[in-house]
Amino acid sequence: MKIIVSIKQVPVRDSQLRIDAGGRWIQENDLSFEINEPDAYALEEALQLKEKQGGEVVALCLGPARASQTIREALAKGADRAIHIEEEDLTSFDTLGMAKLLAKAAEAEKPDLILTGLQSDDLGSGQTGVVMAEILGLPSATIIMAVETADSGIRVKRELEDGWFQNVEMPLPAVLTIQSGINKLRYATLMGIKKAKTKEVKRLTVGDLGVTSTPVAVIERVYLPQRTKQTQILDGSAREAAAKLVEKLKFEVRAI
Amino acid sequence: MSGVLVIMEQRGGAWSRMSWETLVAGQQLAKQTGSTVSAAVAGQGIGALANELASKRLDKVYAVEHQLLGAYTADGYTSALEHLVRNASPDIVLFPHTYQVRDFAPKLATRFGQVLISDTIGFRVEGGAPVFARQLFQGKLNADVKAGGPVPHFASVQAGAFRADQLEVGTAAVETFAPALSADKIRAKPDTPFRESTRAVDLTAADIIVSVGRGIKEKDNIPIVEELAQALGAELAASRPICDSGWLPMERQVGSSGQTVSPKVYMAVGISGAIQHLVGMKGAKTIVAINKDSNAPIFEVADYGIVGDLFEVVPALVEEVKKAKL
Repeated sequence: MKIIVSIKQVPVRDSQLRIDAGGRWIQENDLSFEINEPDAYALEEALQLKEKQGGEVVALCLGPARASQTIREALAKGADRAIHIEEEDLTSFDTLGMAKLLAKAAEAEKPDLILTGLQSDDLGSGQTGVVMAEILGLPSATIIMAVETADSGIRVKRELEDGWFQNVEMPLPAVLTIQSGINKLRYATLMGIKKAKTKEVKRLTVGDLGVTSTPVAVIERVYLPQRTKQTQILDGSAREAAAKLVEKLKFEVRAI
Repeated sequence: MSGVLVIMEQRGGAWSRMSWETLVAGQQLAKQTGSTVSAAVAGQGIGALANELASKRLDKVYAVEHQLLGAYTADGYTSALEHLVRNASPDIVLFPHTYQVRDFAPKLATRFGQVLISDTIGFRVEGGAPVFARQLFQGKLNADVKAGGPVPHFASVQAGAFRADQLEVGTAAVETFAPALSADKIRAKPDTPFRESTRAVDLTAADIIVSVGRGIKEKDNIPIVEELAQALGAELAASRPICDSGWLPMERQVGSSGQTVSPKVYMAVGISGAIQHLVGMKGAKTIVAINKDSNAPIFEVADYGIVGDLFEVVPALVEEVKKAKL
């Protein structure tokens, strides 16, 4: 089975974010980056499927030059090769524009399965995989918690809300968006890290793919959210703050 | 028709609660843009649901009825609603931001060369068109997003962003709409939805919940918050990553994929407050947040906050609680 995993590089989770001078995105120069967490689970799922079925795992990433670090990590974990659509300014693309680029690059590979995380931790629009499927004319399923092969193609377990699940069968090729927690992430081994250096990374530019797309959904302004509640911040040392909180819980909330 | 079209969600004849909130968003958007709002419900045997909608202040109610819509499939819903939207030609289509909508609405928007502006938390009207607000970076920042390009535009509405009790009543005519669907175009074969097991832990009955998130760093640290829960006589709960890692069982998970709770006190320890978590607990009467990051979104819903290292604050808190209970 040939599996493409679409991965994205995002700021590390604990980053202190600052809005940039243009007010439409964040300052990226002093941040560290990592693989988008749901994409890490999608990659792991692809690697496990390959271990069971045989085949090939190709990591696909749209991002600036710095994303090559995340691509190398995917190769070190076991992806066979990678495609890097190198583009420095992603803010000039909307979800449809990005999905078109990814779909075009994926199409040329004729994969049996395309996996990606259910959403990204930065934009969080949660649709890249679904839009790719629609562009490619493939069936898709989202928020997936299990994948197994079936006579007709694949059988997947969709997570619904409130503790409900649903099994769905669909033919291949197909696109799945993977939920965090579907599997246990592996670490790259020393051997894997060594091997990654020799693996192929195909570099493409937006121009190479010949995709044109005028963005329709544009971020006009980025800003700090307004607090909806007046939070009483209890300050002082850990001990002082704890004492203040217990006082509040006892006399104001009457819960102790 | 122009105006706003709200796509309601039902499963097995029962409404998704968020649909009503989205309908309120639709009514308010129509009012502010000086246009009308209609609503649609899709399924099989949905006459009663459509009649219920007809008692709201709406221009029109569409009952999108087809035997192939009995069980949800992305292909079936996308094609049926594409047909409806092409016929009704609204300017804006609104959805509740449910898991089901996430499964098909991006496909639908793509068919119109559009992007679904997803998980919006509000809007303002500028030059007769809406500018939607949505969250970035798991709620750390907000963004205003304007829909451009030819109509229709598509947006989904976050749970709790609008209040269902502000729904205006009225009367509307019901129009049954028969979408063109054929079985061979529906590629997925869904089974009946199921629940994994009956829940051994009912967090909804707890008066006090101590909930733990990523800030706890590793499994071996869980006893630190366990002790706090014990001191307070509270149930222990967790955000999704903790259960994903197997540090606490899934049945203790609070959030959109876990349980929805509204205890007297909800104490979030080392939880940043991603929206998937907030929807499960923001109904708590009192929310306490303990987090080292003063910008964490959890502080937006907290009544009391301690900005600090949980490994120092929680043990101190255990001692203070014990003292207070003497």
